[in-house]
Amino acid sequence: MRITPGTFSYLPDLTDDEIRAQVQYSIDQGWAVAVEFTDDPHPRNVLWEMWGLPMFGIADAAAAMHEVTQCRAAYPGHYIRVSAYDASLGRQTTALSFIVNRPAGEPGFRLDRQEASDRRIRYSLHPYATDQPAGERYGAGTMAPNGSRDNP
Amino acid sequence: MTAHGESVPRGFAMPVPSAGGFRESADSADAGGVAAPDLLDPDVKVDLAAEEQALRISQLLDRLDAEFIGLAPVKDRVREIAALLLIDRLRSRYGLTSSRPSLHMCFTGSPGTGKTTVATHMGELLRELGYLRKGQLVSVTRDDLVGQYVGHTAPKTKEVLKRAMGGVLLIDEAYYLYRPENERDYGQESIEILLQFMEAHREDLVVILAGYADRMDTFFRSNPGMASRIAHHIDFPDFTLDELLQIGEMMLEREQYRLSPAAREAFAEYTALRMSQPRFANARSIRNAIDRLRLRQARRLVTAGGLIARGDLMEISAGDVRASRVFRDAGRPVPATGGPGLS
Repeated sequence: MRITPGTFSYLPDLTDDEIRAQVQYSIDQGWAVAVEFTDDPHPRNVLWEMWGLPMFGIADAAAAMHEVTQCRAAYPGHYIRVSAYDASLGRQTTALSFIVNRPAGEPGFRLDRQEASDRRIRYSLHPYATDQPAGERYGAGTMAPNGSRDNP
Repeated sequence: MTAHGESVPRGFAMPVPSAGGFRESADSADAGGVAAPDLLDPDVKVDLAAEEQALRISQLLDRLDAEFIGLAPVKDRVREIAALLLIDRLRSRYGLTSSRPSLHMCFTGSPGTGKTTVATHMGELLRELGYLRKGQLVSVTRDDLVGQYVGHTAPKTKEVLKRAMGGVLLIDEAYYLYRPENERDYGQESIEILLQFMEAHREDLVVILAGYADRMDTFFRSNPGMASRIAHHIDFPDFTLDELLQIGEMMLEREQYRLSPAAREAFAEYTALRMSQPRFANARSIRNAIDRLRLRQARRLVTAGGLIARGDLMEISAGDVRASRVFRDAGRPVPATGGPGLS
């Protein structure tokens, strides 16, 4: 199941040229661009690992693309996103954030129902990917529907 | 990377394109595929002058001539780079390959010959020629590149390199990066990262090393990889007397001063004398001399008092020039070690 956090996530994956154009737009707006990655696809997982510090003071998208390339090489099977922070007065927030790398297979989510007191039901989403320990999810092997990998 | 392989190339620069606009560009990309440029027939002849006009190269070179006095080797090299650009454009129109030349440079020369000044303009120049996307200048010295403890240097150097991408990285007095007397110096690490970036990001970044010729030679001798990765070694010649006078006039004009006819003569004498004295730093000495002229003019005007017109505020008199210590010292033998500077 294709997860869709961030901008452009309902579009086909952006090409590198498109990513470069978006990053250049962000830089031209005066936003600081950062590269982040994770292997936990849960929708409430909003704070991803940072790939280096946000890039303050860069003028050209090539610098950010360099970091994206490096991050992809290090974590080919992770979600990688580019975030652009707007630090102008009163905003100080993420102005743009989009995924630039996805694992080859995305196994999706299971809906867990928990029987609580008085026959109430609590629901929770369980990403199949998180059945594996962090760092071993979306590994070299393909994902079976139940989230277990064929070959470790 | 696999996730990116299958999508169709599309161009849009706004973060939220309207659905209609996006659909349109997607359709055109699907229909046309990769648009092959219209190649010219091998027998067709192209008017070189018209092409040059279109790229506005001659205007650019004229401006270079007007802004910089002397510096023939620099101008020649820029002219060559501009010519190559023109020829490459034409080659690509005939379907011939044209790769971007390596533009890393090394500027050597005596103090005050304009190495740093030219480097600051080089970014803009290369941007206008279409070799750089942004053309900003990031000027650094050893302190900005080399860290203080293990593991500090690499991120620091990379940070600087990233800031310079799309433009020019000027490393002033680059020879300080390498300190052979201390084998545990982190400078070497910085040099290695620099080399790696200079090679891998040739399209994105122009590195200019600037420094005095003799020390630069030592630096290159101990880092042969650096010397071979720099395509353009440009030596900045010392300015001649005429050039220095022109530079002086230009500096004064920029600061809205002017020399009286007598002062112009005195200034020429002053410059000739100053050139023969030790610690002469070409244009930098001229700039300092002009700063002192302004001081003396101000003191003269304040001491005189009375009514002052606009012209008086602008004009530098012969007396202002002749009050310089250079004239007093001219007759005497020059002391081997002197004060911090001549006034």
